[in-house]
Amino acid sequence: MDCKARLVQIDTHLGDLAANLETHLGEIERAVADGVDLLVFPELSLTGYFLRDQTPEVALASDAPELVPLRERSREVSIVAGFVERAPDGRIFNALGLFEDGELLHLHRKVHLVAYGLFDESRDLAAGEDFVVAESKHGRFGFLTCEDAWHVDGGYLYFLDGADAMFVCSAGPGRGVGGGDGELESGRVWRTLQDAFALQFRTWTLYCNRVGWEDGVVFGGGTRVVDAFGRETGEPLGLDAGHLDVRLTSDVLERARFQTPLRRDERPWILARELARRVGFPTPGDETQ
Amino acid sequence: MSDLDVDVELVTDLLVRFLRDEAGKFGFTMAVLGLSGGVDSAVSAALSAQAFGPENVLCLLMPYRTSAPASKRDAQEVVERLGVRSRTVDITAMVEGYLEQEGVCDRTRRGNVMARARMIVLYDLSAAEHALVIGTSNKTELLLGYSTQFGDSASALNPLGDLYKHQVYQLARYLDLPEGVIEKAPSADLFEGQSDEAELGFSYAQADAALVKLVDERYSAEQLIAEGFESQLVASLVQRIVANQFKRLPPVIAKLGRRTINQDFRYLRGWKH
Repeated sequence: MDCKARLVQIDTHLGDLAANLETHLGEIERAVADGVDLLVFPELSLTGYFLRDQTPEVALASDAPELVPLRERSREVSIVAGFVERAPDGRIFNALGLFEDGELLHLHRKVHLVAYGLFDESRDLAAGEDFVVAESKHGRFGFLTCEDAWHVDGGYLYFLDGADAMFVCSAGPGRGVGGGDGELESGRVWRTLQDAFALQFRTWTLYCNRVGWEDGVVFGGGTRVVDAFGRETGEPLGLDAGHLDVRLTSDVLERARFQTPLRRDERPWILARELARRVGFPTPGDETQ
Repeated sequence: MSDLDVDVELVTDLLVRFLRDEAGKFGFTMAVLGLSGGVDSAVSAALSAQAFGPENVLCLLMPYRTSAPASKRDAQEVVERLGVRSRTVDITAMVEGYLEQEGVCDRTRRGNVMARARMIVLYDLSAAEHALVIGTSNKTELLLGYSTQFGDSASALNPLGDLYKHQVYQLARYLDLPEGVIEKAPSADLFEGQSDEAELGFSYAQADAALVKLVDERYSAEQLIAEGFESQLVASLVQRIVANQFKRLPPVIAKLGRRTINQDFRYLRGWKH
């Protein structure tokens, strides 16, 4: 893997697909000019976050005409964008699409919807049910949508599958102003989480958050990259719109994974056996169930 | 740092962004607000001046005939310190016209009429200026209901609504507002000698220390008392928070159809913006 990735930290117009698509096309234009291989947008980048009753109104089938410009431009640069997906069975998902070579190559449906505090996602959205590594021409990527990164299952499964990089795309609200070090408390927590992911899973961890306000709620930015050694790479973004470029390379993965061979030493069957014991479902080859 | 202390530099940055962004998405670049001479409106004015530029902020001084002369003096000092525009609109005539016609003597009713008269002036001049009304109610008074519904609590954007009074003072010092404004006893100045803390029966410092635990940290009343807070204070705060919930919500609509505004017709103010 040798991939020039760009994480774009944008603001969105709430429920205005056309305006948001225009923002995407502008960023794509710049990325192509700059020789970017993979351009990553935040969660729900085509729609905005607190959609409530706008959710079904902006939902798009994966072959919707609104997504055609992204497909087309993906011949020049691979694109990850967030949108509300209307599945053929009518369910509506919070989705991340990887557009590559003129196709929607991969779709990640947010698994862990948030419904506490200021969040109420499961009121309007169905939950995704799997974590599948995307086989991009630039590498093998694991996608996590915001809250997905607060649970270990997605990251762990991508780790088992040997993902080269994990992308956490967020519409993460900023909150907590008591820290005294010029940073939102939520930003500090996210950094800790990214560092833990990179260290535990020995992978590139790329966090792409959005900025701007929706009815008094600020989105905290803080887009950031940590390599497989847990080292911050490049300058993290603050509360302003902008982008962060990073060169994702395999050699870092190889050295980090040789130095601390966590995947080699992982014994997932212990987890499988213990889950089966606790949850009570049989696993293949387990005759005790 | 206490539980209540905030990072003033960060909060200022956030609130300036908030004002600029939330006004800007609706095409507003100007602000109007009522300047009382107190610390809350002074902080709102300072934040607005940073967000929109002092020349785009119109501060309205709206005295009534019984208003303390010191209030006007303090408000004027804030205007000079910030370099914002200002106008004085005396509300005596409009308020007296109604109070005399109805023979209103009750102090609370009179105070509410004054607060609502100021709201009328603010909203009218905001339309004339193509500006948004910026709020000046802090979290302590919103929780305690120490404000007039559709009066001083009315605004389009309120930068102070998630800041306790203690935090407003912190911000006032950081924003270098006049010492006289910060040091004087808080008063709604609706009648002579009025004092917030005397009316409430406890100090803002007492209220804030308990409210941050009750509201933000989700302590129960019993847990607060076990931590050493006076039971009378806790009871009074809880009673006020509950009794004044109506002031913090839009009017209640009887649900009849399938989709009812604010119940299952759910859109943000920033819908399509």
